Amino acid sequence: MMEIMQFLDRFGKWILHLLTEIGAMGLLFFHAFIYIFRPPYRLRNLFKQMESIGVGSIPVVLITATFTGMVLALQGYTGFKRFSAEGLVGTVVALSMTRELGPVLTGLIVAGRAGAAMAAELGTMKVTEQIDALATLAVNPIQYLVTPRFIAGIVMLPLLTVFSDFIGIAGGYFISVNMLGANAGVYLRRTTQYLQMEDIYGGLLKAAVFGGIIAGVSCYKGFQAEGGAEGVGRATTGAVVVSEMLILISNYFVTAFLRG
Amino acid sequence: MIELRNVYKRFNDHHVLRGVNIKIESGEGMVVIGGSGTGKSVILRHIIGLTKPDSGEVIIDGQNLADLSEEELSDFRKRFGMLFQGAALFDSLSVWENIGFGLKEHSRLQKDEIMEIVTEKLAMVGLRGIEHKMPADLSGGMKKRVGLARAIAMNPKIILYDEPTTGLDPIMSDVINNLISQMNKTLSVTSLTITHDMKSAYKIANTIAMLYQGEILEVGTPDQIQNSKNPVIQQFINGSSEGPIRVD
Repeated sequence: MMEIMQFLDRFGKWILHLLTEIGAMGLLFFHAFIYIFRPPYRLRNLFKQMESIGVGSIPVVLITATFTGMVLALQGYTGFKRFSAEGLVGTVVALSMTRELGPVLTGLIVAGRAGAAMAAELGTMKVTEQIDALATLAVNPIQYLVTPRFIAGIVMLPLLTVFSDFIGIAGGYFISVNMLGANAGVYLRRTTQYLQMEDIYGGLLKAAVFGGIIAGVSCYKGFQAEGGAEGVGRATTGAVVVSEMLILISNYFVTAFLRG
Repeated sequence: MIELRNVYKRFNDHHVLRGVNIKIESGEGMVVIGGSGTGKSVILRHIIGLTKPDSGEVIIDGQNLADLSEEELSDFRKRFGMLFQGAALFDSLSVWENIGFGLKEHSRLQKDEIMEIVTEKLAMVGLRGIEHKMPADLSGGMKKRVGLARAIAMNPKIILYDEPTTGLDPIMSDVINNLISQMNKTLSVTSLTITHDMKSAYKIANTIAMLYQGEILEVGTPDQIQNSKNPVIQQFINGSSEGPIRVD
């Protein structure tokens, strides 16, 4: 009987903790969003974040997208050959990249790179009282630190995804035409034949959602850090894991919304 | 004027403040002494509104902080300057950007006007020529002094000092003590200092209050505290491990 009560107690505490976290994170997202529309607008901070999240991620996104496109083409060709549908590889690469792999893989990569950096930076500021110092200087820490990162995430992820889509399709083209013997003209026509604008826009909408998630979650985890270096480490890991989980979960719901 | 009325605060099961009453008149310099981890910093945080009491009131210049919205509170903080224990300089900004931060955010001053004020404040804390250095390049004592320059940049009416001499060598501690003492006199500010450094306390304070087990035990002038009959106070100010204060 005691064991059951203890278990219920622990389980209950865990649920309450989870609900508190969700609530607090939700509040941070809400405030970060409304401060977008309130002056002062601190464009310098915003551009710095856009450079950090967007421009800084281009090399890793380039590599990820290239090899993703290449392996898609290879897998697609060898798989479809089983039922003589290898002519559809171009189409499949284009649709997969624009609808799913472009936004999702870009989101996961940027979560690991920029998300971790944001959580580490804000976490370090938290444990060294810099966030409190901001507040004592009559500056709202959410408006100063979170909102620029939030906007930067929402704006730069779709841009990175456009880049990713293009490079991925190019990688698929390279493999198909140069290694697998596809006809270049036919392959290009297949790439665009069944590709619709809504595939691309849908992918970009997802990317914007993922960008907001990465920024919001990473900033939240940074703000919660406590206990010195270990706390900052925990915040950074937590930021990446939670961002990536939420990206994958929200991916389903946004897709269902788009297809519904 | 700063007033805490019957302030209670607990963190989980730790009852840090159990009915704290403090009154600091305008222009007065009070020092709160007490052991490590007894809640002195928590008092400071209540005064500037970073922490809210579980019960009781915090009244600054006649304004109850609980009546202010977050935005009004943020604005209200412009009358304060605070020196944090580790200085809490913004490490991505240079010295002058740190000191001029409040001016840049809240005034229409141009960069060269801000620079002028920054140089003046740096001179007040005995530093010159380091405007373009980064916090990582500074020693502990220099960081504290830059932190102090930042705290006074907007000419605040109330200055809060969180353990200003902790971690500094004896000579630098005395430099900081002199600065604080001088600051209080020349700027006519109301100040509250949290410390367990008795030498510092005697030098800076008009009044000293001791925090013990969540309450203010006694308030008095440095002389009165030194001659206190209370064994708890005597044990603390003499730095003795023997006495009613138990170290767990």
